[in-house]
Amino acid sequence: MAFVSFLSSAIRLSATFLYGSTGEIITEKAGHLNLGIPGVMSVGAAIGCLTVFKLLKAKVYSTILLILLPFLATIVAGGLMGLLYSFLTVSLRANQNVTGLALTTLGVGLAGHFMNGIKAESGIIARASKLYSNLFGIGGDNWFVEIFLSHGILVYLAIIIAIVAQIVLNRTRVGLHLRAVGENPATADAAGVNVTGYRYVATIVGSAIAALGGLFTIMDYMGGNWEYILEGFGWLSIALVIFTLWRPALAIPGSIIFGGLYIASSYIKGITFAQIELIKLLPYVMTIVVLIFTSIVGSKKAQPPASLGLNYFREER
Amino acid sequence: MENAIELKNITKAFGTKVIANKNVSLDLKKGEILSLLGENGSGKTTLMNMIAGIYYPDEGQIFVNGKEVTIKSPKDALDLKIGMVHQHFKLVDVFTAAQNIALGMKDKGHYSIKKVSAEVSEMGARYGFVIDPNKMIHTMSVSEKQTVEIIKVLYRGADILILDEPTAVLTPQEIKKLFDVLREMRKDGKSIVIITHKLNEVMEISDRVAVLRKGEHIGTVLTSETNEKQLTEMMVGQKVDLEIDRKDPVDPKPRLLIEHMTVKNRDGLNAIEDVSFTINGGEILGIAGISGNGQKELLEGIAGLQKVESGDVIFHNPKKNKPVTFFHKDLKKIKKMAAEGCFHYPDGTKVDLTGKSKKEIVRLVNEEQILFYEDEIIDLRHRTPREIQELGIKLSFVPEDRLNMGLVGNMSIIDNMALRSYRKGKSIFVNKKRPKSLADKIISDLEVVTPSDMTPVRRLSGGNVQKVLVGREISSSPKVLMAAYPVRGLDINSSYLIYNLLNEQKEKNVAVVFVGEDLDVLLALSDRLLVLSGGKVAGIVDARTVTKEEVGMMMLSRAKAEDAEALNLPTTEKKEDVE
Repeated sequence: MAFVSFLSSAIRLSATFLYGSTGEIITEKAGHLNLGIPGVMSVGAAIGCLTVFKLLKAKVYSTILLILLPFLATIVAGGLMGLLYSFLTVSLRANQNVTGLALTTLGVGLAGHFMNGIKAESGIIARASKLYSNLFGIGGDNWFVEIFLSHGILVYLAIIIAIVAQIVLNRTRVGLHLRAVGENPATADAAGVNVTGYRYVATIVGSAIAALGGLFTIMDYMGGNWEYILEGFGWLSIALVIFTLWRPALAIPGSIIFGGLYIASSYIKGITFAQIELIKLLPYVMTIVVLIFTSIVGSKKAQPPASLGLNYFREER
Repeated sequence: MENAIELKNITKAFGTKVIANKNVSLDLKKGEILSLLGENGSGKTTLMNMIAGIYYPDEGQIFVNGKEVTIKSPKDALDLKIGMVHQHFKLVDVFTAAQNIALGMKDKGHYSIKKVSAEVSEMGARYGFVIDPNKMIHTMSVSEKQTVEIIKVLYRGADILILDEPTAVLTPQEIKKLFDVLREMRKDGKSIVIITHKLNEVMEISDRVAVLRKGEHIGTVLTSETNEKQLTEMMVGQKVDLEIDRKDPVDPKPRLLIEHMTVKNRDGLNAIEDVSFTINGGEILGIAGISGNGQKELLEGIAGLQKVESGDVIFHNPKKNKPVTFFHKDLKKIKKMAAEGCFHYPDGTKVDLTGKSKKEIVRLVNEEQILFYEDEIIDLRHRTPREIQELGIKLSFVPEDRLNMGLVGNMSIIDNMALRSYRKGKSIFVNKKRPKSLADKIISDLEVVTPSDMTPVRRLSGGNVQKVLVGREISSSPKVLMAAYPVRGLDINSSYLIYNLLNEQKEKNVAVVFVGEDLDVLLALSDRLLVLSGGKVAGIVDARTVTKEEVGMMMLSRAKAEDAEALNLPTTEKKEDVE
């Protein structure tokens, strides 16, 4: 049964990476390299938790409200971070890498500020955790149920969002325009596509999705207990984008692999703490292997968007 | 006739010094083809970009169909049914033709790339273009890409079309086809602006010609009432001496011997197949051929930038009676060569270094006492591009995208000069004095229009970028100078500057290779003419006696199967693929 439990946990944790990488893929497809994802996830989680806390303090115990309001608060918080990023890079033409890293520092710091403010009483947040991790109370000895049906609602939402993102990016006009903006903004501009608009919206939507990964991690995976693990998860999500070659559909199995590697050490008996950290490194090693492989093959289809990380100004020549 | 577009007092400046357009007032009538003629940097493209929404005018008004409009973006232009085909293609590399064409379209109904593909194929067949809508752009040739660009505008149903130098990359047959299409569109009542440098095309296709000079509108004339000479005068403002001063080569000696050279292209096919010829010092060897018949691979093979599959490139380094230096050879090599009898003293006796101390040899070399007995013969095939360059074999390759090869767009003209010589000198700091004087010399000699020598190269117009590139290569006192399309996109005045520079190099006993497009120029400039066709030598002829028709025949003698295919309509088999 250890394997069933391992797989179930891997799928559960995968939602964190799936939110993060789906959000980042949408952002990167529009040409924005948002390295602020760790900060976005942290702020999203903190605002979500704070909302849960305020609701519980106000003695609101409605299941719907305890899920829906923190959910919306997280989306708004993530979206605002995306808006800040877009404003700096598109409107003020700041360097994307610097902006992203600044956002990470800002987000992690802000999250610490919010969570430390309620530290003494934060234990009550855990009471709402059950609503996130097992809303319908499904469970049991059946292996199929445990692996596929025993998860919280946010796990399934992550998969749905990834599939929808895949379809939108590749099958719709909006997706075509979005990819064109990320590949060659001058061309998209000349074709009448609103480059600024697409970049703003893609970054805001992407950040909102990534922020949900933060909410999921704390409220579901961590059982409502705040811990400073989101920064590392954020970086892993960005690595996953490269690992999956910018395809949300591939991010679904990819995130399960990352999740499995991250928790694998708990399922191996008799290893030292040093070795545990080494195993946790494996997702990064795999990402590097994928990079080496795609670089050698050199297929145009496995490359990042051509103007990823580059700002676009129309009057330049 | 009603005006499709009317420009009133349009002014546009970049920065404070470069005024691209000054008080331009122009009109385009409905259902006419207007040629926009002007030298490089005369502001033609900038002016059209303001109509297409890429730039916004500083001053002036634009009227479309009699109504004043504000065109802030390409989208606004498209809404006014104005479409522009840019000189530098605006296509997404990793998209298919159909996806590129669908880009930015907002027609009602369900989005279906299959539907777009079908419509594109149908449109291609109707106008006589060959196009596979499902082909990826990055696997396409230049002319295929342009076909996509033109169909893109047609597909949008634009009533006003602007074509920026559409013929520069097309074969004569393709140009003829394009013109047929343009005439069809004129019959449909569409209004067309065509920017071109080729006067014969202006005369052939347009109803009226508008001439710009240095950003100002000189005048618009009816094509039927003008001639090439008058247009040239309007364009350059002074009479141009169309004669190229070609001196007879003095004592031409073999400099480069290409023996059975084969070079593969990116797809692994032979782009150059078993080619043998000689390039002489003190002579200009012209290379003629339809674009894409191996010119690029030939030059890059010689320069070491492409792998030479088989055959040899033998370089006769003109060293006879010149002193040996430590620049290319070390002590060991000099000793070995002396033992082989490669050197002599100024008095003619053989150099024998056996028994001489290291110090003594160094002294002899530094005092230039050891001279080469014969020209040095070097096989370049296994040398690195850097070694080949240091031997004095310079490739001034002017590719389709000028900024991608040779120059760094974000760096100033001075820094781009320093790029070629940064390995010289022992200080860890870059010496900017010499690059600066070189940059200033090129700016004044070649009449480069630029705010200053510190201006980033990417801010210059295409022709000026080219002058900087060619000027730098020539300045390095080469032994072999290979210039590919050095005048592409340049106006007449600048072209002549380049021709004169090449002639000067020839008189300095440099072996000059000139790959050109214009047969008249090739015949007037070259001493010998090598005609490439399908990656093979179709003939090497005396440029002084051969006729244009003979060269044209040779160029087509081995036309590749693909070329022949491109001239025909799609076969039934291909159509099935598309569906």
